[in-house]
Amino acid sequence: MATASAWKVNHMKILVPVKRVLDYNVKARVKSDQSGVDLANVKMAMNPFCEIAVEEAVRLKEKGLAEDIVAVSVGPAPAQETIRTALAMGADRGLLIQTDADPEPLAVAKLLKAVVEAEQPSLVIMGKQAIDGDNNAVGQMLAALLDWPQATFASKVELSGDVVRVTREVDGGLQTLELDMPAVVTADLRLNEPRYASLPNIMKAKKKVIDVKSPDDFGGLAAPHLTVKRVTEPPKRTAGMKVETAADLVSKLKTEAGVI
Amino acid sequence: MPVLVFADHDNRSLKDNTQKTVTAALALSGEVDVLVAGKGVTAVAAEAAKIAGVRKVLTAESDALGHQIAEALAACVIPLMASYDAVLVPATSVGKNFAPRVAAALDVAPISEIIEVVDPSTFVRPIYAGNALETVASVDAKKVITVRPTAFKAAAEGGAATIEAAPAGVGAPKTRFVAEELVKSDRPELAAAKIVVSGGRAMGSAEEFQKVIEPLADKLGAAVGASRAAVDAGYAPNDYQVGQTGKVVAPQLYVAVGISGAIQHLAGMKDSKVIVAINKDADAPIFQVADYGLVADYKTAVPELMAALDTVKA
Ligand SMILES: Cc1cc2nc3c(=O)[nH]c(=O)nc-3n(C[C@H](O)[C@H](O)[C@H](O)COP(=O)(O)OP(=O)(O)OC[C@H]3O[C@@H](n4cnc5c(N)ncnc54)[C@H](O)[C@@H]3O)c2cc1C
Ligand SMILES: Nc1ncnc2c1ncn2[C@@H]1O[C@H](COP(=O)(O)O)[C@@H](O)[C@H]1O
Repeated sequence: MATASAWKVNHMKILVPVKRVLDYNVKARVKSDQSGVDLANVKMAMNPFCEIAVEEAVRLKEKGLAEDIVAVSVGPAPAQETIRTALAMGADRGLLIQTDADPEPLAVAKLLKAVVEAEQPSLVIMGKQAIDGDNNAVGQMLAALLDWPQATFASKVELSGDVVRVTREVDGGLQTLELDMPAVVTADLRLNEPRYASLPNIMKAKKKVIDVKSPDDFGGLAAPHLTVKRVTEPPKRTAGMKVETAADLVSKLKTEAGVI
Repeated sequence: MPVLVFADHDNRSLKDNTQKTVTAALALSGEVDVLVAGKGVTAVAAEAAKIAGVRKVLTAESDALGHQIAEALAACVIPLMASYDAVLVPATSVGKNFAPRVAAALDVAPISEIIEVVDPSTFVRPIYAGNALETVASVDAKKVITVRPTAFKAAAEGGAATIEAAPAGVGAPKTRFVAEELVKSDRPELAAAKIVVSGGRAMGSAEEFQKVIEPLADKLGAAVGASRAAVDAGYAPNDYQVGQTGKVVAPQLYVAVGISGAIQHLAGMKDSKVIVAINKDADAPIFQVADYGLVADYKTAVPELMAALDTVKA
């Protein structure tokens, strides 16, 4: 081991937290007792932003900039399938912190902090948002708990030495930041296009190890701070009318809707 | 219960997301202060002081705050929270970036993108791309909340708050600002525009997008938006994206041209007052939410629309 920075470049470990969610193609249906969204017998999949995060980690490994990619999920037993998908895409190892509770971002961030302390990665790459709760919070909270710098909504990630340079999608356009590693990066949609795992890689992934642990192995599951009172359907918009011509449209917008 | 509102601005002028967030804050409490964190923000603070219902405006300035770096913003807000029971932050890319850091430091659960205040501890927020609304109650003594601005009316002018300086905090020692590429436009801002014209994958190229969507937007005095497919293909810049993961808009009039109406797109525009869809596929899901649907090829429909607009305006 020459210098600390050479070690990091050569032996860099990346942690990728992945969440199992309702497949993005499936429309969420609210349960009639208003207790939540119906997840019985519906297709589940890896959160699309987490797929992008896995892909980015694998590309860094393929460029020789990372050595070991650990995919970690907090969730029920079937979240192993989500981890298995990450392994088939190219992650090296998996860790499931198994719980049937549906932990809040704060609780997930605390567990991930304990995982980071155990695994000592130089970089955590994760999704910007889980498309079930749409919280957009865990990455920022993990960075805060670790006192690490963060770059959210990444559309480009470049590593050199101990520094990661990230281009971020912000409301007005793009912003580029340089962070000292270790750091947390959260992936936006245009960071990359995730690969489909090939059959040989799916077979290989079956031999990779997934450790199954409990929240108690990582400091325990924090008690919830939020109670969901009810989950309801949003007000429905109904289809309006079809107009025949552009001229019709304009006269309706002017006289009927009064918006032009 | 004193409540702090984080101001949205670009160091030069205040954005009306701030006034909308003040309205949400006034639903929680009568004691509302506004924090203007940035660099060279004297004019912004003066604008914030005019918002009706605001007690006091705090200003904090540093280079890192000027670039809106998350660590710096969090380091500025966290100590201030000793004097506040809640902080309300507009759910912009800046707000979403730093607010959860504040929550983690205070050991509280952040509450993302509220659209309604039920009572000072209970809020409504969309989940699953807006396909469900969740009513959540928080047990935290201090609350960190991001607010979806389109769900609240802007607070009026007419206040005369005092302005005082607050500590800037430690900055962002592990993060360096490198560059910024902001899209310049004379059009109204997408999130605040009264009319939005959006183009989709059907445009086929950036040239076509500029030739079709932009003149129509200019004719209507509208902001320009786009679907993810159009942005991914490079027809429009990323900050035009409307949807679950782009901007949420709720204009008086939303015109979708060559956009199919995927749930992720609808999540960003279905609260518009009037929706118009132009699509050649009569079965496109966009027509299920459109008030006025025109089943037509945009290549003929948009020029006809431009001509018809000239006639009514004349
Ligand atoms: C996690 C996630 C997040 C996402 N977030 C967003 C988001 O924030 N915003 C967003 O928009 N999408 C988002 N998407 C993508 C979304 O699912 C759709 O893929 C996207 O909205 C499709 O864009 P489109 O309607 O332009 O393209 P298409 O679905 O390809 O539709 C093109 C439409 O144009 C019509 N058309 C074609 N030619 C003509 C013509 N000559 N005249 C008239 N009509 C014509 C077609 O009939 C078709 O309906 C997200 C997806 C995922 C997985
Ligand atoms: N239960 C979980 N297990 C693993 N990672 C998670 C979990 N929940 C959230 N994350 C990570 O945090 C990101 C943002 O999620 P959220 O803040 O919940 O919108 C996701 O894309 C994941 O990378």
